[in-house]
Amino acid sequence: MFHIFCPYCQEYREEEEFHPSGQAHLVRPADPASVSDDEWGDYLFFRDNPRGIHHEMWVHRLGCRKFFNITRDTTSYEILETYRMGEQPSITAANAEVRREQGVQTADGGWQTVGAQPENSRLNEETPS
Amino acid sequence: MSEAHSEASVGNAATFDTHPGADAGVTPESPLQWSRVQGHVTEEGGAAEQIRVVERPFLGHLVLRGGAITLDEAVRAELGVSLPGKPLGLVLDAEGSRSVQWVSPDEWLVIVPAGEEFELENRLRARLGDAHFAIVNVGGGQTLLELSGEKARELLMKSVVYDVHEHGLPVGKAVGTVFAKTSVVLRRPTEARFELVVRRSFADYCVRWLRDAGREYGLRVESASP
Amino acid sequence: MTQSNRLNQGGRIDRSRRLSFTFNGQQYMGFAGDTLASALLANGVDVVNRSFKYSRPRGITAAGPEEPNAIVQLGATEAAQVPNVRATQQALYDGLVARGTNGWPSVQRDVMSWVGKLGGGFMPPGFYYKTFMAPASMWMTYEKFIRKGAGLGRSPSEADPDIYDHFNQHCDVLVIGSGPAGLTAALSAARAGARVILCDEQEEMGGSLLDSRESIDGAPASAWAEQAVAELAGLDNVTLLPRTTANGYHDHNFVTLHERRTEHLADTAAAAGREGEVRARLHRVRAGRVVLASGSHERPLVYANNDVPGNLVAGAVSVYIRRYGVVPGQRLVLSTNNDHAYRAALDWQEAGREVVAVVDSRAKPDGDLAKQARDAGIRVITGSAVMEATGNQRVSGAKVVAIDTERFVVTGKVETLECDTIASSGGYSPVVHLASHTGKRPQWRDDLLGFVPGEVKGMHVAGGAHGVYALGEALADGAGVGAEAARAAGFEEAAAIAVPDVEVRHESPTSALYQVPHEKPPLRAPKQFVDLQNDVTAAAVELATREGFESIEHVKRYTALGFGTDQGKLGNINGMAIAARCLNRSIPDVGTTVFRPNYTPVSFGAIVGRHCRDLFDPERYTALHQWHVENGAEFEDVGQWKRPWYFPRRVNGKRETMHEAVARECLAVRRGVGILDASTLGKIDIQGPDAREFLGRVYTNKWAKLAPGRVRYGLMCKDDGMLMDDGTTSCLGENHFLMTTTTGGAAGVLEWLELWHQTEWPELQVYFGSVTDHWATMTVTGPDARKLMSEVTDIDLDREQFKFMDWKEGKVAGVPARVFRISFTGELAFEINVQANYAMHVWKALFAHGEKYDLTPYGTETMHVLRAEKGLIIAGQDTDGSVTPEDLGMHWAVGYDKPFSWIGQRALTRPDTAREDRKQLVGLKPKDPKVVLEEGAQIVLDPEQKIPMTMMGHVTSSYYSPVLESGFALAVLKGGRNRMGETVYLPMSDGSVHQAEVVSTVFIDPKGERQNV
Ligand SMILES: [Zn+2]
Repeated sequence: MFHIFCPYCQEYREEEEFHPSGQAHLVRPADPASVSDDEWGDYLFFRDNPRGIHHEMWVHRLGCRKFFNITRDTTSYEILETYRMGEQPSITAANAEVRREQGVQTADGGWQTVGAQPENSRLNEETPS
Repeated sequence: MSEAHSEASVGNAATFDTHPGADAGVTPESPLQWSRVQGHVTEEGGAAEQIRVVERPFLGHLVLRGGAITLDEAVRAELGVSLPGKPLGLVLDAEGSRSVQWVSPDEWLVIVPAGEEFELENRLRARLGDAHFAIVNVGGGQTLLELSGEKARELLMKSVVYDVHEHGLPVGKAVGTVFAKTSVVLRRPTEARFELVVRRSFADYCVRWLRDAGREYGLRVESASP
Repeated sequence: MTQSNRLNQGGRIDRSRRLSFTFNGQQYMGFAGDTLASALLANGVDVVNRSFKYSRPRGITAAGPEEPNAIVQLGATEAAQVPNVRATQQALYDGLVARGTNGWPSVQRDVMSWVGKLGGGFMPPGFYYKTFMAPASMWMTYEKFIRKGAGLGRSPSEADPDIYDHFNQHCDVLVIGSGPAGLTAALSAARAGARVILCDEQEEMGGSLLDSRESIDGAPASAWAEQAVAELAGLDNVTLLPRTTANGYHDHNFVTLHERRTEHLADTAAAAGREGEVRARLHRVRAGRVVLASGSHERPLVYANNDVPGNLVAGAVSVYIRRYGVVPGQRLVLSTNNDHAYRAALDWQEAGREVVAVVDSRAKPDGDLAKQARDAGIRVITGSAVMEATGNQRVSGAKVVAIDTERFVVTGKVETLECDTIASSGGYSPVVHLASHTGKRPQWRDDLLGFVPGEVKGMHVAGGAHGVYALGEALADGAGVGAEAARAAGFEEAAAIAVPDVEVRHESPTSALYQVPHEKPPLRAPKQFVDLQNDVTAAAVELATREGFESIEHVKRYTALGFGTDQGKLGNINGMAIAARCLNRSIPDVGTTVFRPNYTPVSFGAIVGRHCRDLFDPERYTALHQWHVENGAEFEDVGQWKRPWYFPRRVNGKRETMHEAVARECLAVRRGVGILDASTLGKIDIQGPDAREFLGRVYTNKWAKLAPGRVRYGLMCKDDGMLMDDGTTSCLGENHFLMTTTTGGAAGVLEWLELWHQTEWPELQVYFGSVTDHWATMTVTGPDARKLMSEVTDIDLDREQFKFMDWKEGKVAGVPARVFRISFTGELAFEINVQANYAMHVWKALFAHGEKYDLTPYGTETMHVLRAEKGLIIAGQDTDGSVTPEDLGMHWAVGYDKPFSWIGQRALTRPDTAREDRKQLVGLKPKDPKVVLEEGAQIVLDPEQKIPMTMMGHVTSSYYSPVLESGFALAVLKGGRNRMGETVYLPMSDGSVHQAEVVSTVFIDPKGERQNV
């Protein structure tokens, strides 16, 4: 049971409110007619299945209904960051080790620290002026 | 309420007054009608229980979509309250009978007294003009349940996965979350009260669930007359 | 029987409350505060079970969840039966009825006992595999016998009268275990203001403090525990959960706790006078931080006949004496490799019973407790161990011998000591189970001779759970760890509480001893049990290593070590140590096993919670549900919706069959007028200047020119070109549309639209919103539909004014309505949408006016027949994710020349989707009109072909048509459109073969004249 930081609701929520939606950052060819059947097949069907860092798309189905991205370690199930649609991950398979060493990422016990903000129970005291 | 129901097209969207008007002699049925027939719901009032669940049927429910800044201006002008701009915010007007709730970064739920929603929609549309926005009347599709009583929090702990403690759900907060095997909008408008916005077709299930979960505390489900 | 082993005083029981209970048919007495195990021991009950495989008599061995033998079937009535209850965890209550789980027909004497009496070679590891494998067909017979003999408990055959529920809990710090470290951890965190949950599996909080000989702040340790618990109970930010076992530790600090709410009081909540209350509760805890203070389990030593009743782990002896006032025997021999176990001998002696000897494997034990024992006159035999227990139904003596632990040999002469109880201690194993659930492997610590929990994010370990055993150190460790956890949870000011004063005790180091060497070689010696629950012996582990199983994971599977509800609590480390010795490797080198949830058995009731009976799954009702019920509808489940399936009438005093009702309903629509509650159709409101463009991208057909007031049918594909959903979409305003989806597709289609908008085309200005529940939808259809409608609406129904595929706004029965001229029956049809709260009024008005037209309500079955007669598909029934619009013959609904590459377009230009021999939708007309083909039946061209036959397609929809007076079907068939008029064959499982002719999908009114009137 994951605890997932929704970058739109701005807080951690239970996994049951979410639904996974496959690999993130798939790019639909701008002009599908001009790509070969093989390329089109790759886009449609072929997905990464890495051991370690993986970027996934999830949707906060029972909350704000927004899609967003998760960087997750498929071996530890640790969620390293969550970020909005259209944003790029700050942690990738290439830089994960470095970032860990720098202590930038995967803070002890906090699961999603990039893009995440601490839970704030006083969130609603102010309204926009 | 306007007697007219002809297409009042503001901009390029069709608006529609769903109500027949008081003189039409049409009695609406709340989403809990079947539950009432089954004996799960009683009229408001009666012996005190540790938990009271009161349906507020027939309220006006509008979903607003659009940019926060644009909508905020219109909502403040027409409702006299600010649009909650921060996630999960819920604000009420001075009377406490009109509310605006953050649903997502471009979506808010407005709940107003029965019959006000069509006029409000038209006024908002007029004020918003050519801006990109949407207003959807969803009043027939959902109903509001108020929960109060000293064991209301325990009842919710049995029912929703969200943290209903003061820290998780302070006054002025509202979330969409899992309720039993369906979903609800859970709101904390005041210290004394929680609210559930439930979908019409799931209302009976939700009420039966609440009655079952609340049995050990003593619970009544009532329906308020509009 | 009297409580012969009960002391006159002492213990934490209430001697003023006598409780009667029955075990294996015999009645006994115990006291409030007893566990079933302590009460059985008090009554001198030695044999509580027969062992799983060898059927040997077994007695109570431990005092907690690690108990391997005393596993009972609980319940006085059939409905209250609970299997797999550990007697050591079950509080005694008046009227409790239990029997040993194993042992058929009786625990004392049973037909399986011959198995145990035969030599050790008779049932080696892998015995079942090796012996009962052949012939394979006999396995079921063997298994039945073995299982019945072994007994694994049984489920009740009557419904459970109790209720259960779930609680969703959230906290800053969850402390698991309320021993010394758990209590100080909870106090540190709680005083800092953190929301704390403290759970403990026992009846009473305090853990080892409750049976400790030590003092805290000058008072008995148990008194300090009471005071700490009282303080915690008084704090608003603390939730205390006694009788609550942490059973599973899942991702991201999600922990499941199982709380026994009335199980300690009576068989059922009602019997406990707590009618309506839940029997057990599953707490689903999301914890900011977890403090694992689960303590340790004492390891028994492995020696010959260590399973004979009267063999206990040393700590359990102290627990029974000090907490329950029960001495489980007369004459004790203690075999130990450590100091701590000496307290069992001291407690025993202070209880006034004889300590025959303490046998210590160490050469020079000189710790404070050892000295205390000597000072008390207890004989201490050093450099030795109990090699073998004697006795059958009860220990009668202990064979003691000097041993060399390095070389694993006996070095002296065997001395036999007369005794009835042997307590043993091989050191302590931190309870690492929960941490291991997370997937993090435990780590071996040579200094502790045990595994400690692996590092888990968000988890802090305190006290015995990571080998901090000494009381003072455990208290201090907990205090520090509790504060650390609170700080990590955001309570930055949290500080460790002041640690109370405890006298420091000198202990001499523990020696590494797991299995005691025997004078005979391991395979000849009497059985030395490693895992008592699964009857795994040291010889079995040794044999497994000899047969080539080198990893403990393999040894475990070969021998069943640590299987089942036991999960290796007592035996795992000993088993690993034996495997390591045989393989001449170190313990960490042979690996460690992974423990899995649940830590102890959980009742199904608690797992199910309230999700049972009429709350098993949500039932969704339309606004017209009451009418349907009152008018005798039979319902069909469509997703979670309850939809009227058909409305049987009484005809000549007889209730119509489904076939009769559906035939009548079909004819009513074809000849008069019928009405359908179509409210369950998904409805999506779409607004925005780019709404039209968006529709053009998600539908296969064109939307650019659909004018306000018009309706169009659309197909929705996935990007692989396969049909996903279909429905009509109406243009409400230039930038405003109402989309309908299939009933089952409603939520999925809305999310699909959001997905594409949010991820691919965020630049398009459009919003989507569900209005499924807002509108109730009623379809009035049939040749008389216009006549009926004209009586209830102000809308001009003239066929020129209100054309097919138009929609109009007006009032129906005085209620504002949108009316759509669309048809799913092939007949003239008006689909009325009104706000759902007014639906019943409109529906009843239609019936009031419809009486003269014999307005007939129809259900989903008739709807299916009518639409299939017209060749109209249902997405998800006639399609299965491998069917293109072309396959369906819907070329007309595909806009290949649309400017944007809409979803599915690219795939539909692949050569494969253009193949002529793809499965295509066709009609099938059975040669025998009485035949209704089975949906799913396979189609072949040559019925004589040998199996496996060449399958050409299958039936997707099949009904009887009262209009055609024949069965008919829709099917997908390879190259079907070129096979019109051909005969195909449908072989059935009973050997019969149906014949059918391939025909058009449209069976009635091919020109569509009937709906366009
Ligand atoms: Zn969200």
